[in-house]
Amino acid sequence: MVNTDLTKHVRGESIFIDDIPVPVNTVYLSILFSPLAHGKIKKIILDEAIKVPGVKKIFTAKDIPGKNQIGGIVLDELLLAEDEVTYVGQPVAVVAAETQLIARIARNKIKVEIEKLKAITDPREAFAAGELIIPPKIFSSGNIETAWKDCDVIVDGTTETGGQEHIYMETQVSLAFPIDGEGIKIFSSTQGPTVVQRIAARVLDLPMNKVEVDVPRIGGGFGGKEDQANAWAAITALAAFNLKCPAKLVLPREEDIRVTGKRHPYSSDFKIGLDKDGKILAYEFTFYQNAGAAADLSPAILDRTLFHAANSYFIPNLKATGLCCRTNLPPNTAFRGFGGPQGMFVIEAAIFKAAQTMGIEPDVIQQKNLLKEGDSFHYGQNAVNCTARLCWQSLDSKFQIKEIKDSIAKFNSSNTLLKKGMALMPICFGISFTNTFMNQASVLVHIYSDGSVGISSAAVEMGQGINAKLRQIAAKIFSVEISRIKIESSNTTRVANASPTAASSSTDLNGKALLIACNTLLERLLKSAKEDLNLKENSFLEIKNEIVYSNGNPTKSKWIDIVNSAFLKRVNLSTQAQYATPGIYFDKEISKGNAFAYHVYGTAIIETTLDCLRGIYRIDSVKVVHDFGKSFNKQIDIGQAEGGIVQGLGWITIEDIIFDHEGKLATNSFSNYKIPDIHFAPEEMLILPLENSTNPSGVFNSKAIGEPPLMYGIGVFFALANAMKAFRPNINISFSAPLTPEKVMLKLYSRSKEKSSNYLSQ
Amino acid sequence: MQKNAGIRLARTIHFICNNEIISTEINPAASALDFIRTQLHLNGTKESCREGDCGACSILIGELNGSQVNYKTVNSCILPIGALAGKHIVTIEGLNQQNLNPVQQSFINESAIQCGFCTPGFIVSLTGSLLSSSKINYVTLLAAIDGNICRCTGYASIKRSIINFVDLHSNKINQANERTKELVQYGIVPEYFLSIPDMLNNITKEAKEDYITNGLVTAGGTDIFLQKNKEIENEGIIFIETDSKLPKIYIENNECRISASATVNEIRESSILNKILPDIKEYFSLFGSTQIRNRATLGGNIINASPIGDMTIFFLVLNSILHFSEDGKLREVSMSEFYKGYKLFDKKPKEILETISFRIPEKGLKINFEKISRRTYLDIASVNSAILINVRQNIITDISISAGGVAPFPMLLKKTSKYLNGKQLCLTNLKEACEIAEQEISPISDVRGSAEYKTILVKQIILAHFNKLFPDLIKAEELVW
Ligand SMILES: Cc1cc2nc3c(=O)[nH]c(=O)nc-3n(C[C@H](O)[C@H](O)[C@H](O)COP(=O)(O)OP(=O)(O)OC[C@H]3O[C@@H](n4cnc5c(N)ncnc54)[C@H](O)[C@@H]3O)c2cc1C
Ligand code: FES
Ligand code: FES
Repeated sequence: MVNTDLTKHVRGESIFIDDIPVPVNTVYLSILFSPLAHGKIKKIILDEAIKVPGVKKIFTAKDIPGKNQIGGIVLDELLLAEDEVTYVGQPVAVVAAETQLIARIARNKIKVEIEKLKAITDPREAFAAGELIIPPKIFSSGNIETAWKDCDVIVDGTTETGGQEHIYMETQVSLAFPIDGEGIKIFSSTQGPTVVQRIAARVLDLPMNKVEVDVPRIGGGFGGKEDQANAWAAITALAAFNLKCPAKLVLPREEDIRVTGKRHPYSSDFKIGLDKDGKILAYEFTFYQNAGAAADLSPAILDRTLFHAANSYFIPNLKATGLCCRTNLPPNTAFRGFGGPQGMFVIEAAIFKAAQTMGIEPDVIQQKNLLKEGDSFHYGQNAVNCTARLCWQSLDSKFQIKEIKDSIAKFNSSNTLLKKGMALMPICFGISFTNTFMNQASVLVHIYSDGSVGISSAAVEMGQGINAKLRQIAAKIFSVEISRIKIESSNTTRVANASPTAASSSTDLNGKALLIACNTLLERLLKSAKEDLNLKENSFLEIKNEIVYSNGNPTKSKWIDIVNSAFLKRVNLSTQAQYATPGIYFDKEISKGNAFAYHVYGTAIIETTLDCLRGIYRIDSVKVVHDFGKSFNKQIDIGQAEGGIVQGLGWITIEDIIFDHEGKLATNSFSNYKIPDIHFAPEEMLILPLENSTNPSGVFNSKAIGEPPLMYGIGVFFALANAMKAFRPNINISFSAPLTPEKVMLKLYSRSKEKSSNYLSQ
Repeated sequence: MQKNAGIRLARTIHFICNNEIISTEINPAASALDFIRTQLHLNGTKESCREGDCGACSILIGELNGSQVNYKTVNSCILPIGALAGKHIVTIEGLNQQNLNPVQQSFINESAIQCGFCTPGFIVSLTGSLLSSSKINYVTLLAAIDGNICRCTGYASIKRSIINFVDLHSNKINQANERTKELVQYGIVPEYFLSIPDMLNNITKEAKEDYITNGLVTAGGTDIFLQKNKEIENEGIIFIETDSKLPKIYIENNECRISASATVNEIRESSILNKILPDIKEYFSLFGSTQIRNRATLGGNIINASPIGDMTIFFLVLNSILHFSEDGKLREVSMSEFYKGYKLFDKKPKEILETISFRIPEKGLKINFEKISRRTYLDIASVNSAILINVRQNIITDISISAGGVAPFPMLLKKTSKYLNGKQLCLTNLKEACEIAEQEISPISDVRGSAEYKTILVKQIILAHFNKLFPDLIKAEELVW
């Protein structure tokens, strides 16, 4: 299928916000960020900076006309610091100048006197100090207290998972124009145009109808632009509004990495109980979520951790505690998986450890406990159309788990310094925003008098292929050439009150709204066509490939004819439609409810090779059977799965975020924060769809695809752990991700009992 | 003897961008990427990392060689405009034709595009390889994008695009010496490429250059542009220039000489070096990326004095001699005596490194290079090391081991080497050598690893050298400890 976006991309002709031509009077912004993780601001000295020729103005908190507040779930985040700084990278002042260079030179001349206060970077330490952003969250099912008695094996332990930098290739960028003396238009690289609109309106003390946000497309988001584009958009809006000229801000990569939030690091305790056959009877755990200095989306992310803490397994007795810990790091935020991966890692670690204790292989426990149709999740919802077991079985029959194991055993017995390890990784991911009200979307569809179609939705194209999918949906309903359909930019004036493009749900929500809109318009057109063709009310009219059919026979009328005629007859050729996911609710008091529209399942088998002499490794293959429902765009869906997997395995292996104890990020550039490159990505990736799957809740029976596959990457940790154990059978695996080559080497060869890494901590 | 033709700074820089002649008086230290985006308004070249580490800003730079133009892929973000003088640069826009070209089409065929931000860079890098590689196949094309990062696709679809391209087109592209013509014929590059040699001839004649002697000495700029972005803008830069008619790598009196301005890729491709140092191409495939290797020079690596410079660590064990000049005065320094402390070395401020030389290793001498980094490709080493060794009747006769990342400067493990010299090649001695190495080094904990990790790595790498060079003498089983 021809995708015009793709054609523009390969020609370098697609416009990202930094490519929009700007008027000559545009000012460029540079931000002074807090150099300290915690302290009291004594003085901000602007004298030197303001003297730099070409500087227009320097903004501080007192220049904000509205509220200096950008918090979402909790109102706890200032746009510009007032009397305290709470993390390295917190915006303190903004220089507006004629050029980017001048702005930066002036920014570097601002002096801030800060009285240093004690900084906390560790979530457990924050918890001990009472630094919780919200009260503890508890999910439970069954009766955990009595369940332990029935267990034959009880294992406990701790796990750590590191943060992850989004590395969207396009850094945060915003361009704002004053409009007609009273409003503002912002081009923002955001996943959430409405959120940007709300925050900018709040900061400027404007009603939302005077703030227009437009998003042409974004160069990757992955959650990092769900909430965290707000500050930059609000800052450019502030400058443009105040100076009455366009204002532009592009975060240089080093600043983007340093000052924006990341995937939450978690430190967790677990205790798991099983019977002698490996059936899990009880599971209790506590998550210490490192939220950073402000709430951002942390509470919602913590929810999802708790939802997905049992992964694909049925566990009758469960108790989960989630602690949202405030630390002096940049506020952590959404990242593909939204807390799910952190929860799933812990249960997989618990199973791995239990298997070790029981002297069996982890996949025995994994398989035995997979969800069955009708099983109840710990949050009260029942598993419906549950394909967890089907995916596992299909994987086994397609790839022969036993054969893979045998070939690995053979390899390992004939190689001394190279060891292979494998792991299975089932996944289960609930689809819907965990905040029920967000599960809505609306679209605006125009059919123009020449038969072309324009669609506005709030879904932001960020590489996930939403535009192609929406075009497909409209083309299918109207049964017209796909080239007639254009997807407009996401714009708050055309589509209001929208949820961000997130939670993998943009196709489901916007697609369903689009179905409603297209069907409404189609009905109007066919009604009008019936009149034109002098057909009876009850005759059956349809469009097939642009031609109107009556009771199965082609007529002389084409799409363009009926559009034209309807227009002349003053039929309304535009419509707006809204969709709200039915049947979902969640009672936050008791943590029970049908939180999700449906679940996505799948299983991966992963093979790795470890060079035990050098402590470096290779990911040989990731083979998956994934439940796509009925995919209506296989290329896009497979691409999402592949991309997600590589992001997930990057998180678990080499993507090492290192803060020092002072809360300064050491890994602040591409040269020292490494994401997978083409050689690191698995040599082989094979993603097969689960056959005969369907999903009435999805568009054309499809399933959401954005986030779930990322979690297959978790299996790489355990595959490597198995390779390590093949080399040194007696080591105890520490469940600390990312499993960098350094951690592998220290585990295999360290003589000191001390925890390594004395200068830097995670 | 090769000599520095002088130090050049053209007041007006003339070059060709795509099919247009550009003349500018901009500060030659300014970044080519900024110029391309903000002055030429060619927005297909993207900025993402601005440190040579992602390839989103990739462009081609072509240099006249006889009647041909030789093209290389480079990162425009860390490329000074001055380096473009007299050259042809090609951005993604310069590859576009009426219809999609076959490289672009292969990306469409396999949906190898998600957000699209990285895409132009990939297309440019692949085209660079088509223009410059003698052989075109999956392996060469994959190697061509080792400096391009994509956060969306997981690379699988990009690999499929390359397979798609190779299946459909690679058999047509086989004439290395008429490559541009061939690519024009198959619609891979636009026709104007054929008129570039003439255009270049004309602009080089036009260019009048003033010579200056002040500013930061720049070779490839791949270090200096990261470290001193601001100073460069203020102080200006001067380019190292060599007489392009003289060979950069040659043998004289059983000695091999390499010009300081030889790039990593020139070193990797040199037939002379491949003969005397057989695996050199392989070793330095771990150096940066294609784009970096096309710019980074040997001299820059040595003078940058990073404790983990890959070429520095390698040439240390060859007992290389550095040849400096200053106003025609020549001076030689042994590389093993050159480094004194962190970024401290035996060079006078105005001295220019001209060449480095080493005796051709005798028959029987074995060499190995190891580099361990978090990510195998396009990463700086946690620890790297080279070894030069001769073993006769199981006795080590000549040995030199170097190690990077374990001291404030690139280090020769002199004590370790001394201990092993004359010893029997056996595990007991190797283990003892590892203990000596541990005493000899002084690694610090930083983002590339903790001191403990680096210590383990040095020992393991020493074992790896022997495991690789003498698999029959040092059994793998023995190395499990
Ligand atoms: C993305 C990226 C990846 C990299 N990967 C690696 C890697 O894997 N391994 C590695 O070792 N390095 C790596 N580097 C570092 C760098 O590329 C090398 O050190 C390179 O060899 C420097 O050469 P250059 O010509 O670019 O030096 P320049 O930046 O031009 O110069 C470096 C220094 O040397 C001086 N200098 C240069 N030539 C001379 C001369 N002839 N006489 C006197 N002084 C001179 C300059 O004044 C400057 O101080 C990487 C850099 C980047 C940006
Ligand atoms: S912008 Fe990343 S290499 Fe130039
Ligand atoms: S397609 Fe988004 S970075 Fe490659």
